[in-house]
Amino acid sequence: MTFSWISAYWPLLLAGAVQTLSLLAISVIFGFVIAIGLAFAQVSGGPILRSLARGYCTFFRGTPLLIQLWLLYYGVGSLLPMIPGIRQSLFWPILREGFFFAAVSFTLNYAAYEAEVLRGALLAVPKGELEAGRAFGMRPFTLTRRIWLPRAIRIALPTIGGEIVMQLKATPLAFTVTVMDLYAVATKVRQDTLLVYEPLVVVTVFYLIITAIIARSFRFLEAQVPVRR
Amino acid sequence: MATSSQGILDLLSPYPPGWGGVLLTGAASTVAISAGAFLIGLLLGTGGALGKLSGIRPLRLLLELYTTTVRAVPELILIVGLYYAGMDGLNRLLAALNLPAFELNGFAVAVAVLGFVQGAYMTEVLRGAILAIPVGQIEAAKAFGMGARLRFHRIILPTLLPNALPGLANLWMSVTKDSALVAVVGYQELALATRLAGASTKHYFIFFLASALIYLALTLVSNAIFNLVERRVRRGQPKLA
Repeated sequence: MTFSWISAYWPLLLAGAVQTLSLLAISVIFGFVIAIGLAFAQVSGGPILRSLARGYCTFFRGTPLLIQLWLLYYGVGSLLPMIPGIRQSLFWPILREGFFFAAVSFTLNYAAYEAEVLRGALLAVPKGELEAGRAFGMRPFTLTRRIWLPRAIRIALPTIGGEIVMQLKATPLAFTVTVMDLYAVATKVRQDTLLVYEPLVVVTVFYLIITAIIARSFRFLEAQVPVRR
Repeated sequence: MATSSQGILDLLSPYPPGWGGVLLTGAASTVAISAGAFLIGLLLGTGGALGKLSGIRPLRLLLELYTTTVRAVPELILIVGLYYAGMDGLNRLLAALNLPAFELNGFAVAVAVLGFVQGAYMTEVLRGAILAIPVGQIEAAKAFGMGARLRFHRIILPTLLPNALPGLANLWMSVTKDSALVAVVGYQELALATRLAGASTKHYFIFFLASALIYLALTLVSNAIFNLVERRVRRGQPKLA
């Protein structure tokens, strides 16, 4: 095992790590927001909204992320330039990047998985607490903001930590759409130096460290709100 | 750009000018890879669970290392790494034995690698399911004088299956989707077949949508089958609420 290549490649590795982490952050943050909407649509929406949300979750949980990514990048990506004027628009430099498609498909995928988790958590909030809120005269929105959603998020917290780790492990797929993430850097090092395992080992260690940090911070977060058992 | 429905049907027709046949062949090899990997995973998982529950300390530590690393490292890295390591290792072994190196069958490598990954998850699922068997049942069987084999298939297996089945179903769903990652190392299953079809016709959107629907159908059908099997193994159990 030789690791002397690191001295030449560390700026690239660092840039790759930034790309990986920003993909993770974007998909988790925006995905979570979408998931809240999807979960409420399934728990308290009308029949149309409910079946739409259910269909969304089934589709994104039932097909591989790789296919969703390629459907967006190759499929939608080849249809986008046909919209008149889009090449001249302000957003074109973002819209033509692989990073954009990776971020969108990871977000949509994460939202589907997270919505399922939140749906279960929303249903697991004790009825008595919601009734107590109503007895205090809270409107549905206040009740949701003060009691229902925070309680559900607390219940779902351990699962959310697991989902974020899963999402981190999915980010290397972005390299198939030309994103220079950490894994893509490892591939480049392999092509340049003909070392197969060393770059993979370095990258793996990075993923392990991030996983440990996520697990630790969720354990910390969970300890902030004690639950009576 | 063929936007008429006739054009789409022509593209997806199963006979040579259309690419439907290529997609279906790809789907068949996806199912074959997944099934093979699932079975290997089941074997590894059974061994792993029994090993973890056995009191042998080095074995337990080794299995702990196996399940922790496999579950912590991204699947793509595992698949790519093991794919090359497996090929490389085998060829070195053959060279050491003075045998000619051969090009390893992509299918076998894909199945072995995915099976190795599945095994780690299966170990945990089966370990939990075995631990959930009430000890009294096994003791009762022993008291009746049942031998180890009879005990396994009359008591342990029927009590274990209802506990393990939801986890096993989840793993089957995830291996059908993870098998798409094999496309990255260049073995032609559904995902790669789709990309090929898209690249040659430039109708990426139609083909990826079609293959997404094939995967979805696969998931929904297996879901229905697992539900039936679960109802079967749970027969006679009291219904919860």
